[in-house]
Amino acid sequence: MIREVESIIIQTICRILIPFIQLFGLYVIAHGHGSPGGGFQGGCILAASFVLIVVAFGLQEAKRRFSEKLVNLFSSIGVFIYAWTGWMALLLGANFLDYGRLSKILPADPVHARYYGVFAVEVGVGITVMAIMVSLFIDLVTGGEHEEAPE
Amino acid sequence: MIAEQFPALIIVFPLITALLINVVGWWWIRPCFYMSILALAVSFISSIGILNTVVTQGIIHYKLGGWDPPWGIEYVVDHLNAFILVIVSFIGLLICIYSKKGIEQEMPKKIPQFYSIYTLLVMGLLGMTVTGDAFNLYVLLEIASLASYALIAMGEDRAPLASFNYLIMGTIGACFYLLGVGYLYIVTGSLNMADLSELLPKLYHSKAVLVAFAFFLIGIGIKMAFFPLHVWLPDAYTHAPSSVSAFVAGTMTKVVAYVLMRVMFTIFRPYFSIELIPATTVLGWTAVAAMMYGCVLAIAQHDLKRMLSYILIAEVGYIVLGISMANRMGLTGAILHIMNDALMMACLFSVAGAIMFKIGNRDITNFRNQQLNKKMPFTMAAFTITALSVIGIPPTCGFFSKWYLVIGAIDAQQWVFAVALILSSLLSAIVFFKVIEKIYFKPREPVHPDSGGTHEDVVMDEAPISMLIPIYIMVGGILILGILSGKIISTVIQFAVPASF
Amino acid sequence: MIEYIIAKYNYWAYIVLMMIGFYAMIGKGNLIKKLLGMNVFQWAIILFYVSTSVKKGGATIPIIQNGHGPVTHAVDVAQYLNPLPHVLMLTAIVVGVSTTGVALSLAIMIYRKYKTLEEDEILQSEEYEALKPEE
Repeated sequence: MIREVESIIIQTICRILIPFIQLFGLYVIAHGHGSPGGGFQGGCILAASFVLIVVAFGLQEAKRRFSEKLVNLFSSIGVFIYAWTGWMALLLGANFLDYGRLSKILPADPVHARYYGVFAVEVGVGITVMAIMVSLFIDLVTGGEHEEAPE
Repeated sequence: MIAEQFPALIIVFPLITALLINVVGWWWIRPCFYMSILALAVSFISSIGILNTVVTQGIIHYKLGGWDPPWGIEYVVDHLNAFILVIVSFIGLLICIYSKKGIEQEMPKKIPQFYSIYTLLVMGLLGMTVTGDAFNLYVLLEIASLASYALIAMGEDRAPLASFNYLIMGTIGACFYLLGVGYLYIVTGSLNMADLSELLPKLYHSKAVLVAFAFFLIGIGIKMAFFPLHVWLPDAYTHAPSSVSAFVAGTMTKVVAYVLMRVMFTIFRPYFSIELIPATTVLGWTAVAAMMYGCVLAIAQHDLKRMLSYILIAEVGYIVLGISMANRMGLTGAILHIMNDALMMACLFSVAGAIMFKIGNRDITNFRNQQLNKKMPFTMAAFTITALSVIGIPPTCGFFSKWYLVIGAIDAQQWVFAVALILSSLLSAIVFFKVIEKIYFKPREPVHPDSGGTHEDVVMDEAPISMLIPIYIMVGGILILGILSGKIISTVIQFAVPASF
Repeated sequence: MIEYIIAKYNYWAYIVLMMIGFYAMIGKGNLIKKLLGMNVFQWAIILFYVSTSVKKGGATIPIIQNGHGPVTHAVDVAQYLNPLPHVLMLTAIVVGVSTTGVALSLAIMIYRKYKTLEEDEILQSEEYEALKPEE
């Protein structure tokens, strides 16, 4: 079991910093085309913010905010977003992952539709990576025994 | 319309279903099995559709994302691909049906996770077969390998250590493959297999291409469990859960053997692999050593699954021997043997799993006391027919593939290869008759005098139907596909062999 | 001779790193050290790929300069590095992370069963001997 760090300085600073870390993670996901970043990198930063919650406030507090069922659900939702974008292209008549066809349903020409398609894919990747990294961290750090922890 | 999209459907359906099982498994456990069956059935139907299209219309080029080949990823399906797609998806579907009872007994708390990872494993293998891009193959190879490490570790007590060893060795193999792709990218600038085969002939004299070829062979050899690099296989396949062993033994090594054929004959033209550097000579002699080693060590084993793993090492030796003979008959024998071996190994490991399910241990010396011929007659009949196929007795399919291999060896005037093939058939006869004798002949203990002179009738306690039906479909396949070998060769395999042979 | 070593220093660095990782995978007995060796091995390959994307003539990183707002000028290819190996290695890094995750989970399972992570001790421990298939 991970207990919280009993220092008021760390808890206050973390409480202030964590929203900004998450905002920065979302920024990195969205700006992958213009600066170093992208789906995987932004997802790791978002996961790091949850790891900070675990370290500063203890495992119980983190599980209250982001329970294990939600982690599992998020890891699948990201891949569904990715696959759904590709599937829409299939349904509209082109090959798989051909984002140019999305211009039939989105109000943009094929070039910009490709840009939006890649953006949707990056968001999906970011969500999945965040969920998997949080799940990996909690499983490895507690030795797989967090299911038996008292509520 | 939908027929054009089969190459994408065959990958996307299992992928989405695997993650859907992961989500649904938190609330209801019963649907997981049926969702997995549905996804694998869709893959099987798509693979039959692909084979139909390839045989009637020619090679399929599917551009992923709409981008043209050297810049985008392309899925290329020709006769060799389509053939292996059907085999892998068929065995995946059958073993999924087979696995229901076994998994409920072995790991009742991990059912959703098992089906999710199993579907991902089948998807990885199907993707490896259908892709036409060298780096995409590495990604799908790692997906399949990671899924197999996780599945093997779910087994009995010695499984985590065996899976860890497999992980370390398998990662080395995949990294060597990645290095080979990197070297080729540096000298040519392209990752597409067809593009590489156009660009490489001018560069055959360069050392980078030679080192790339060496890296490819060693990396693929580790993944395929080819003789000196086979060390991870017996432990990993013995201690895995029975359904996992049955599926992985039948398909993983065969798909990697297909990758070897792609590397040697599509990326590097046959002129390079056969005449410029004597790769086929080296592979041929090592394959002979593999066959002898596998068959001899199988005789010494007590555990049924361990014995079958060593027979698997010998079977991989047969396939590589067929590839290395460098003539039309040998390569036909190798491709036919991929199909036969997939069915035979999956069936043998399924029978071992059924025995484990009913009796609880797999020690061969104990079979005599168990009177398995009375307890499980149908399962033992299936085992005997498959054993005859491994030995190579007509009309089972094993005979026909060995026939082509021997004729190929004689055509290439390699008399030692032909003698080695026949000798290893003899050794595998010894291996299997040892087990069959223990099953079918009476126990040696004398009848107790105080039990009235009669021994109790052994009640027939057969394996459950959901296990017997896949085993019998596979046995039926072994018999029928043997008789239809000529038709299979003339429709499909004849065009899969490169034209310059 | 000297310029043979210095001009191609990236290749020498990658070979040295790869051999260190390979030795750790084979020569060390502790499972976590083997895993660290595997990681060093994979990182050597990643560094090698990334180092091959450099172009002579002072190429800069593959992010369009003055790219804010609508980009109206053509991109001069010789000015930017080759971005394809970077993209391929992004995938390879993710694969490496997943493999490390799976391997660490396996190490936890092994530790819970045998209470040690040294391979010699595991092979000789009583639990391993006791788990032979029954006679």
